[in-house]
Formats: sequence, structure tokens, C-alpha cells
Amino acid sequence: MSNNKSCEELLSVQTMHGTFKTCAYTPSFKQRKAWQPANPKHLLSFIPSTIIGIEVKAGDEVSPGDVLLRFKAMKMDNTIKAETAGRIKAIHVAVGDKVAKGVLMMEFE
Amino acid sequence: MQIESKLYELEKRKEKISHGGGMKAIEKQKAMGKLTARERIIALLDADSFHEYDIFVEHDAHDFGMQNKELPGDGVIIGTGSICGVPVAIFAQDFTVAGGSLGLMHARKISKIMDYALNMRMPLIGINDSGGARIQEGVNALAGYGEIFFRNTLSSGVIPQISVILGPCAGGAVYSPALTDFVFVVDNISKMFITGPEVIKTVLGEEISQEELGGARVHSEITGNAHFFATSEEECFVQIRKLISTIPANNTEKAPLIETAEPKPEYDINQVVPGDPTIPYDVRNVIKSLTDDSDFIEVMELFAGNIVVGFGRIEGETVGFVANQPIVMAGVLDCDSSDKAARFIRYCDAFNIPIVTLEDLPGYLPGVDQEHAGVIRHGAKLLYAYSEATVPKITVILRKAYGGGYIAMGSRHLRADFVFAWPGAEIAVMGPEGAANIIFRKEIMEAENPEETRKAKIQEYKEKFANPYVAAAKGYIDSVIAPEETRRFVAHALSVAKHKTVLRPTKKHGIPPF
Repeated sequence: MSNNKSCEELLSVQTMHGTFKTCAYTPSFKQRKAWQPANPKHLLSFIPSTIIGIEVKAGDEVSPGDVLLRFKAMKMDNTIKAETAGRIKAIHVAVGDKVAKGVLMMEFE
Repeated sequence: MQIESKLYELEKRKEKISHGGGMKAIEKQKAMGKLTARERIIALLDADSFHEYDIFVEHDAHDFGMQNKELPGDGVIIGTGSICGVPVAIFAQDFTVAGGSLGLMHARKISKIMDYALNMRMPLIGINDSGGARIQEGVNALAGYGEIFFRNTLSSGVIPQISVILGPCAGGAVYSPALTDFVFVVDNISKMFITGPEVIKTVLGEEISQEELGGARVHSEITGNAHFFATSEEECFVQIRKLISTIPANNTEKAPLIETAEPKPEYDINQVVPGDPTIPYDVRNVIKSLTDDSDFIEVMELFAGNIVVGFGRIEGETVGFVANQPIVMAGVLDCDSSDKAARFIRYCDAFNIPIVTLEDLPGYLPGVDQEHAGVIRHGAKLLYAYSEATVPKITVILRKAYGGGYIAMGSRHLRADFVFAWPGAEIAVMGPEGAANIIFRKEIMEAENPEETRKAKIQEYKEKFANPYVAAAKGYIDSVIAPEETRRFVAHALSVAKHKTVLRPTKKHGIPPF
């Protein structure tokens, strides 16, 4: 313990009890993402999948329960149905596309 | 004459098997920077202490061409020996034989040595280096793994179980290490994952290397699946030997007791902690100013650095330390640090190792990411672990102990046996700044000069509450002590707690917040 100087540059950590100085952040803290509320006009993929069918096109009016698209994931075929009434603004995927999780697939007006 | 020819035959059989998968396979192993299974056992165990069993076990599979394959020892070496004089049971998978793959007899050998370890109450060390299930043996390979996982669970908390990942450990195989107490990994050699890069590429279209997906660093720094990180196999063996000589051999024995030694003079407890409570310091310097010879075996050093856990000795007796670490994340509690500490506390409790807690934290880390990651249930693990533990528990509050953090870090209320505080300790429901933001908010907002009122309120709170004496007045702490008295007080507490016996309601087991 010849040199007890902890570090050159101090970083800040804020808690409800005040702001405190520290030398390092954890990797998980450094990689944290700011929270974004979900956008009800965006349809994001919730699982990595392959698109096998798109049942609507831009401009279509949809009602709750209408099938929007079909995809294959984990060896199972799945459908995504409209949850509310609305009009399709844009479709960003095509049949055959392999999409990751969290990809914007469709937008509503 | 007859006995001589029989002895000769025995030697020839043993020699043939000792070469494992043959010279070519051994060369491939070396080219990857890896030792052979036999070399590993010899390097790890005390000299000439290894006795091998089931050398002559053979598989009897006959599907997919197996009937034509000779697999020495069926790809795994089992036996007993000693480490620093402590009897241990060991198995080492032999990657040179069918890629160290697990078949029925391979698994039977491992199950056998696990049974011996449990029955004889000695530590189990498993050296994992295997391509996984031997597909040709089908369900028999799965059965083999299941038998191993069950035994890991059965032995959990009875004998120390150590996994050493010296090669691939993938798919189902990796659940065995996950069920053991300490996982040792070596940079560039260890690989652990449930589904590997090939499957991830096929199913998800994502590209990632084995090292990036589940290498030694990933599991030491990010996943928390590994507990000890080494840069070479030799360094790893030194770490294992150090650990075995420090922990009890089973749950009814004490750790090897050695002669006491004073902490090294260069660790001066009076020089570590700055007076300004916002400035950080390395709590390991405090630990080393308390332990015999300033020796400290840190566990999970690279994961959740905001809490430090590990083993040290005080007056010859092994104790487990849990300490907030101000130089990382200001020592806050969060999901990962709660997990890390809770599991370590439960290990110490299972194996009769007293726990010494050093406290200096500003509470829990706020954030949506923490909340959505379940800091409620992870944080609760720490409360559960401290409350459940019936080993002697000694807590020293070094500095900050605000709010929920005060309760969680081995407080008297969770039945710590002795709680001491340094004179600079701040034991309060809020930190002074937090108090200004919350308790005095209205008063500050409505004041003529809010900034001055705020400063005054913080000062007022500091003087009245940010000290150890309010808690001392209620007997929530046992004593306020000077830093240089700490080792003396802790050593005395440990010595009087030697026969601690507390009764708890009979139950099969509780339901910890998994």
C-alpha cells in the first residue's frame, strides 16, 4: 500500500443520498441504455426470425385481429395480428428477410 | 515366472492407456497451448500423491461405428490424491480421446469419483475439457450428464466442489460447473456456452467467436459464471492449491488452522480511509490491514467490483470477508453485487466459515435499468443470505451506512453478532444531501435564501445524524472503536463466537429470492 492514491480521475455516481466520487464504473453500468417508452405506432420484432409472409401493404386499413405478417422462429410458424385499428404507414421488411430482435418492421399512422 | 508375465502384461496395458488418444492428438492439444489431462493432474496435486481408478474401463457402445473404436479410459481420468496434504477427489476429461466427449462409461467414471468424494467427505475437483455429449451414444450421454448434475446438487454444501474449465465446456456439459462452488477459468483456453457460435449463426444469423461468446474474460467480467481468472494453466493450479489450503474440506470440519501472523506493516489501517466521505479508497487495503500476513484470496475479483468478497485469516482462522468497494461505483449495491455477496455468504454459512463485513456504501444504485433488471429480487438475496447465516457474523461500519444499505450489509437486525463502527461512521436513514433533497425540501424551497438554507440544513443533519452515536444510543451497534483497534476487536469477537449455537425454526429449506 505504498501509494494509497486511488485513481487519477474521479467519476461521479448519483444516489438518492447524494453524489459520490469513485474511480471506475462496472461494465454493465457503462453499457446501460436510457429507457425509451414504447411507441404504439411502431411494430418491433420481439424475437430473431425469418419473415415468411406479409399480409398487408402501405395504406391499408386494419382492424384488431387482422393478420399483419407471418414469421418463422425457433422452428415454429407465428403470426402477428393488429392490436388496434389503424392504417399502415410503412413496411420495412420483405418476405425472406432474417430480422434480429427489436427491428422496426412496420409503422402505423 | 507366471506372476512376472502377469505384471508385465499389467504394465503394458497401463502404458498403452497412458498415451490417451495417441501422440498426434497430444501434439494437437499442445499446439492449442493446453496441457494433457494427466499432466494437469500431476501439476495440480501434491507430488506422487495421485492414485488412479477405472483405468481399464471401456465403452460398450455399438451404434455408428463405436464397436470399432478403442477409447482409452473412455476419455476421462479419475482418482484421488492430495493438495497441500488435504485428500481430494479429482477427474480430468481427456480431450485427446474422442474430443473428451461424454459417453455412458465416461459419465459412470465421473459419477463414481463424485460418489467417493461425497462418501469420504473430501473436496471434488473437476477438470472440464470436452467437446460435449458423444452423439453416437445418444440418450446414454444425456443420462450420463443428468447423473452428474444430480450428484453436484446432492454434494452442494457438503463438500467443496471446484470446476476447472481447461477447454470447451458447452451445451449440457456446462451445467455441471454452474452447480459447483467455484469455477476457475484460464484466458484463451476456457470456453463456456449453452449454444455455441455455429448454432447462433444458423438460428439467429448472428456472428460471434467462441472467445467473445463465452471465453474466460466474458465469464469473469460479465456473466459472473466464473470465480477465478488466470492467464495460464499453471497460474490456475496455484490458485486452486491456495484455495484448498484455506477452506474446510467438508461441512463438518474447520479449515486448516495455521499459526497466526500479524498483518504486514505496509498496510496501515489509519492511512486507508480518507476523512472526506465523498472520496473513494480501495477497501482491500483495509482487509489486508486486518488479515494474517495481509493475505487475501479474492473471489470473483473481476465481476461486480463494487463489492469485494474473499477469504483471509485472522489469528490463524479462515474467515470470509464481504466489503463494499468505494473505488468502483462508489460501493453502491446493485443486482450483480447483491448476487455476488449473497452467494459467497451462503458458501461461508454452509461450510462454517465466520463472516466479517466491512461497510461503507451510499445505498442502492438508482436507475430504470436496475429496476427492470430486478434489483428488488436480487437485493433481497443479500438480506436473505445474511439473515439465514448462523455462522459468527461480525460487521464493522467504516464510513457511510445509509438507508436500506445499512440494513442489508450485515446489520444487527439481520442478526449480526457483533457490530462495531468507526468514529467517522454515518449511520442514518438518509445521507445529508439526500436529507436536504427530501426531508427539508419544502423548507428549502420556501426559504428566502434556498441555497444558504440548504447548506445549513445539510450541516445540521450532518452534525445530528451522520455519526455512529444515534445508532449506538439504541444498542444497534455494540461499540464505537478506533480504526487501529479493529483487528483486536474482530479477533476477540471471533474467538468468543467459536461455539455459537442458534436455533432456527425447523424447515426443509426456505424459498430464497432466486
